[in-house]
Formats: sequence, structure tokens, C-alpha cells
Amino acid sequence: MELWRYTVHELHARLCRGEITATALTEAVLSRLHAVEDRIHAYLTVTAELAQEQAAAADAAFARGEVRSPLQGIPLAIKDNICTRGVRTTCASRMLEHFVPPYDATVVERLRAAGAVLVGKTNLDEFAMGSSTENSAFVATRNPWDLERVPGGSSGGSAAAVAADACIAALGSDTGGSIRLPAAMTGVVGLKPTYGRVSRYGLVAFASSLDQIGPLTKDVHDAALLLQAIAGHDPRDATSAPVPVPDYTQALGRGVQGLTLGVPREYFVAGMDPEVEAAVRAAVAQLEQLGAKCLDVSLPHTPYAVATYYILANAEASSNLARYDGVRYGLRVEAPDVVEMYRRTRAAGFGAEVKRRIMLGTYVLSAGYYEAYYRKAQQLRTLFRRDFQEAFRRCDVLATPVSPVPAFRLGERLADPLQMYLADIFTIPVNLAGLPAISLPCGFTAQGLPIGLQLIAPPFGEETLLQVAAAYEAATPFHRRQPALA
Amino acid sequence: MISEADVEHVANLARLALSAEEKRRFAAQLGAILGYMQQLGSVPTADVEPTSHVLDLVNVFRDDTVQRTLTLAEALANAPETAHHYFVVPRVVE
Repeated sequence: MELWRYTVHELHARLCRGEITATALTEAVLSRLHAVEDRIHAYLTVTAELAQEQAAAADAAFARGEVRSPLQGIPLAIKDNICTRGVRTTCASRMLEHFVPPYDATVVERLRAAGAVLVGKTNLDEFAMGSSTENSAFVATRNPWDLERVPGGSSGGSAAAVAADACIAALGSDTGGSIRLPAAMTGVVGLKPTYGRVSRYGLVAFASSLDQIGPLTKDVHDAALLLQAIAGHDPRDATSAPVPVPDYTQALGRGVQGLTLGVPREYFVAGMDPEVEAAVRAAVAQLEQLGAKCLDVSLPHTPYAVATYYILANAEASSNLARYDGVRYGLRVEAPDVVEMYRRTRAAGFGAEVKRRIMLGTYVLSAGYYEAYYRKAQQLRTLFRRDFQEAFRRCDVLATPVSPVPAFRLGERLADPLQMYLADIFTIPVNLAGLPAISLPCGFTAQGLPIGLQLIAPPFGEETLLQVAAAYEAATPFHRRQPALA
Repeated sequence: MISEADVEHVANLARLALSAEEKRRFAAQLGAILGYMQQLGSVPTADVEPTSHVLDLVNVFRDDTVQRTLTLAEALANAPETAHHYFVVPRVVE
């Protein structure tokens, strides 16, 4: 089997035994990347030279008998809204097309310290705003399972790269589903940690009360390893939580005996794809068979999730994106006075979806509308938290679909922004409540498109997620199926 | 309903120059999206406290210690125009 097919934990074992070198592994992954990239378009920047240097350093460390982490010598990809010192970080926007960060995000600093190999920066919807990766200013990433379909978004480049074996694992970011949705649509594992679990220092801000960084991986074990490497308090991010980090791999073999699984009835709605519903219900039955107790629960405010989220996220985005003014970094379009320079710079630098969201966010925050939209949505947010608190009194973990539909065709939802927003209905409530959630493969449609199962836990319940996900994965074959890319 | 005049007002607040075509399109799209958002009006929230973020953290402080920060050159490296260690902008006052 080619080296790029393996998982992080398998490769780590082989690297430690000296069966392979990080240099050979990195060469194999880069050659795989180049073989599929003209069809997938997962990357915005490939850092082959950096990767080769890091691989050589990892090999030197192995030769000294020094093993700093399970990621040492492992080729990883990073979503291009996470700052990498000396490596262009564009957010898939014309605004930052030539931006080279002078510092590393904390997660990148940790990956470098762990001895990981960075193979490149992956495509996304511009500033992570979208559900299909079609909003990239540079290229639309394709789904490795069907090149005419989207990979989901906004971390579509990271998801497609993992699914196509164009990296071993990747980091993404999730504001309303941007890790879980593309993970589901490309048949990989995506973990969105608890708000505060992972430092966002160096993550380009979209909606600061919702954004979180997390891993996209080939299996659940790898998700535990990547989370381990990036989790923990960071004094440079005031919203990172001073909560101890457990050993996540300890959760993997525990099974589901004695756990109660809640199935929220509002997540099985009219209009959802029948194959998705059948696969998710079958996954719940499988977990029941493995020893979990299943329970019908209610999250009554679910139908209001999309409206609540797009008020709050866009309000925060309009404020965060005010920094792109053509002064300190990014694009500048010259004009005779400073206000006209701002207006022209922002007109030229932002794409249609980003402008739409800035407009919406500015509108809901403007005089006369603040109470009716923004404050109302913040009150709804309290109700979402209460819904989950109520449900978690009766169960340990919730099981739901990730998306009501499998991957859709390129262009299919671009004309109607609201239709695009509705793809996020089952992932958004998790961000509003700041909870951890994981997406993992639970089946395929008749056409061969992956379907995702979402598990949701109370705050800092990542171990429970990994425990249930690992038990499910061990009993099912879906994570082993590969897209038919040559 | 959102008029093109509303769109112009908001675009000015957001410092976005929009083409005539964009104004027409955004008027229609923002109207539809804001209409959808108005469903929140039907949820009773009179006694509900708003949530701005989910953490219980308040007033996070760190020790006041000297650390390495960006150098002047690093901080200015991405700027479109600089002079004498400053960012340069077009004339602000006549």
C-alpha cells in the first residue's frame, strides 16, 4: 500500500520502528498531492520546500531517538485562514492575496513544536463564509467522490485533501459547521472542539464568539491525536479556557456500554434526504446494539437556528472585517481621500458573499434595528443553550445528521444565498451553545456520496465524543472506503 | 422590504462602494434574508437574558512581563505604503 494511504497513528508506529522515513513519506504525499490536485483544487499554496526541510529535521530527531509527539514527521495541511509565519495566508480573498504573516498561529506553533510537516495551505470559502468552498476568490474545490459536486465548506480544501490522501490530516475552522459539513460531504472525520478548548490566536477572525479550530482526519484515533496537539490554554487568546487537557487517546477503547444517546426529534425534518435519514437512524441502531441506551429528546428552538446564527455571525463579521482598510496590510486601491480609499479597497478586495454578510451584519447592528435583530438573536442564543442543558440532563451525547443533504452540485445553490445557509441547520446550534461535536462517516447514498453522523457532547466532553465515535467506527466499514480517484 | 436607498445607507456605514447592479441585487437578497430572520419575532423572549458568548470568563489578565513582540520591520512588512516607520494614508484633512 502506498504511504499516503495510511493514518497518522499507523505512520507514527512505522516511523518509530524505522520502517519508513519522514522524508520518504513527505515525498509520497507531495507526489500524491500533485497527481490529484489538478482535479481537486484543495490547495492555495503548496509548501514543498518547507515540508522537505521539516521532514529532514524529523528524521534527524528519530535518528537521535527523540520522539516529541505522534505527529513528528507527519505531513499535514492547514486551512488558509490560519496564520503561518513566512507562508502566504490568503483567507481565499483578493484582500489578502499577498499577505505573509509575521507570526504563527498558536496551533501552528504547536504543530511545528510537535515536529509535524506542513505541506500546504488549503482552500476555503472567502474568510470562511460559505458552505461549499465555491466562495473562494481563487478556485472552487471539487469533491473527490464526485468531481461535479462541492466538498462542503468552508473547510472544503482541508476535507478534500484528507479524503483524496493529498495530506495525512488537516486543520480547519468551524464557525457554524465549517469543519463538520465538509467532513460529512467528503467522508472524513471532523471535530469541532468546545469553544475555548483550542486557542484562536492567529486564526483570522470571522465571528469571534463562535469560531473554533479543529482537526479533519481519516479516522477517530487521528482526530484524538491532532486535538491533543492543539488543545489547551493560551495566554494570547483571552477566550481560551484554563481547563486541563485530558489524554484523549485514553477515551478510544472504552465502548458505549452504560452511555445514553439522545436523538433530537427536530433533527429529522420534512424535506431531508431520505438516504441521509436512513443512514443516521441505522447508525443510532448500531450504537444501541453496541450497548448504548437510546432516548428521544427535544431541542425545541432548532427551527430558529439559521436565522439566529446569520444575525449574530454576520454582525460579528461586519465588525471584524472593518480592519481591512488598505492601511496596515492587504489590498489597497488608491483614491484621492481616505474614505474613498476605504470604499474602493473594500469593493475590490471582497467577493459577493463577504459583501452580502458585511451588509447584513451592518444592517442588523444599525440604529433602529439593533433590538429587533441583534439583541433578539442573543436572547435566542440563551434559549439554544437551555435546550441543550435540558437535553443533557437525560443523556450523555446527542446523535444527529450533519447535513440534511449529501454533497450538492457545483453552482446548484449559488443563486439563492438562503438555500445555501440552510445546509448548516444541524451544525449551527452547536456553535451557538459553544459545544464540542464530531462528524464521522455513517454510510453512502446509492450514488456513492458519503453521509455524516454528528455526535454532540456537553462543554469539554470531547472524550465522550471520541469514545462513542471510536466504538461506532470500530463496528462499521464506512471510514475505510476510498473515492475512486486514480 | 429593503430599498436601494437603504442599501446605499448601509454600504456607506460599511465603507463599501457598490455598483448599481450590486445595489439592485443586494436590495432583493437582503430583503429576502431579513424577511426570513423576522421569524424570530414569534419567539417569546421578554424575560430571557441575552448571551454574548458562552464562556464564564470575565476580565482575563496576564502577567505584565516583557516578551518578544513583532519588530518594527515585521509590523510594517505587509503595509501598502510606509514612510519613516509609519503607515501612510491619503490626505485626511484639507
